[in-house]
Amino acid sequence: MKQKWLNKSFVFKVMNMPLFYEKKQLVTPGDFLAEGNYIAGENTYKDDDKIYASRVGLVDYDARKIHVVALKAFYVPSVGDTVIGKIVEVGTGGWAVDINAPYLAMLRAADVLDRPFGFRTSDLPSIFDVGDLLITKIIAYDRTRDPLLTVREPGLGKIMRGQLVKVTPTKIPRVIGRKGSMISMIKKETTCQITIGQNGLILINGKTPEDERLAVMALHKIEEESHTSGLTDHVTEMLKKKKEGVEHA
Amino acid sequence: MPKRKTEKKKLNIPQKNPEKLIAKDDVRIDGRKLDELRPVKIEVGVLGNADGSAYIEQGKNKILAAVYGPKEVHPRHLALPDRALLRCRYHMAPFSVEERKSPAPSRREVELSKVIREALEPSVFVEYYPRTSIDIFIEVLQADGGTRCAAITVASLALADAGIPMRDLVVACAAGKVDGRLVVDLTDFEDKEGEADVPLALMPNLNAITLLQMDGGLTVDEFEKAVNLAIDGCRELYKFQKEALKSKYVAVKEAVEE
Repeated sequence: MKQKWLNKSFVFKVMNMPLFYEKKQLVTPGDFLAEGNYIAGENTYKDDDKIYASRVGLVDYDARKIHVVALKAFYVPSVGDTVIGKIVEVGTGGWAVDINAPYLAMLRAADVLDRPFGFRTSDLPSIFDVGDLLITKIIAYDRTRDPLLTVREPGLGKIMRGQLVKVTPTKIPRVIGRKGSMISMIKKETTCQITIGQNGLILINGKTPEDERLAVMALHKIEEESHTSGLTDHVTEMLKKKKEGVEHA
Repeated sequence: MPKRKTEKKKLNIPQKNPEKLIAKDDVRIDGRKLDELRPVKIEVGVLGNADGSAYIEQGKNKILAAVYGPKEVHPRHLALPDRALLRCRYHMAPFSVEERKSPAPSRREVELSKVIREALEPSVFVEYYPRTSIDIFIEVLQADGGTRCAAITVASLALADAGIPMRDLVVACAAGKVDGRLVVDLTDFEDKEGEADVPLALMPNLNAITLLQMDGGLTVDEFEKAVNLAIDGCRELYKFQKEALKSKYVAVKEAVEE
């Protein structure tokens, strides 16, 4: 594996496109990452032929593209994402939902009700009220208008019970793990149901508060140590140790 | 120590204070060399409730910065259709200076808020998040000259800590003329008793200046030298700034990999 990578960097030199950082190296905004014919990926930008980092994160690249895996960022809505949000306002034709993004999302009453929506006949607060938590999906969004949500899909709707954990949205892929390895491990070890919102909110439903507490601990550990290697093993180890501790007590 | 005054009386006024600000062997009143910075300590992510935060101690200066955003703009009508609204509040705590300062924003604070905002704005990708606001709060806990520079340095870190995409970090440092000599990073006393003060903010990787002011009198030649001195100071300070931003993550990594 390592050998392969060395060969690649050799290729870069031949093509006269210098790179100034190794993979997984920590960079800060403004760090000059590469010069030449690369594509500036996530959390980087291009000025003439020079590519700079725009966030704190870890460098990663392939033959054509260089990007930075951010260590801290906020959620930017994207169509198709499942997100967890909180109702902050009940309007005349729908609800305003805080989805932990720079923009408030809208949930239209017509998309929630089965029957035609009428101002007099439909009592919106009785369906969702301010403070209610929802699992929703983004169905439309561009930066000129606020994101639009839906709850008309299986698995979506009001959250009745469970615990919420907030992590930095950029760490969601790490929480899921490669092909879901991390999350399925946590589910198995703690026997909790876990719903992940792409906006950094995670819902945990366990049989006992103790199970939920374990899952919360695991998620916090992932967030804190997301930029280290061998994390799945560390988390598994921690969970097993904690479980034993509980059984003995 | 003289009390902090709002207006600086300088420009060709002969020096009234007979005290030497620079000793014969080029040592300043606080023991520094002419081109030496005050000791700095920077910490990132010190506040739990803000989206990003940082704290700096530069000599006797102690400054906290917090960043919120991007988020919806309140009041709504201030929102810009094509970019984020960057707002900045520079505030000095009543106990930050020797004689209690009124907590209400003074003329000087309003001006510095604007100056700091304009020094930071070129570094932020405001066009990425239209109709939102990014709010920066700077609280000076203790002041000893050069607070605008230190404020820019921490505020930039707080922005980076909030995960806001930036072209570069912004570092700021002042140079000036004291006792007829050019010096870097002036203290409050040197600033008031000296002849000139040149605060400068720099984006070190892009080699771009985002703030350049001058108070007092310098010849063209001296001004150029002062600018270069301030740039060198910025570059030195940048090392600490970058280190502080990284150390938050490096510490965790080392602890885990042990």
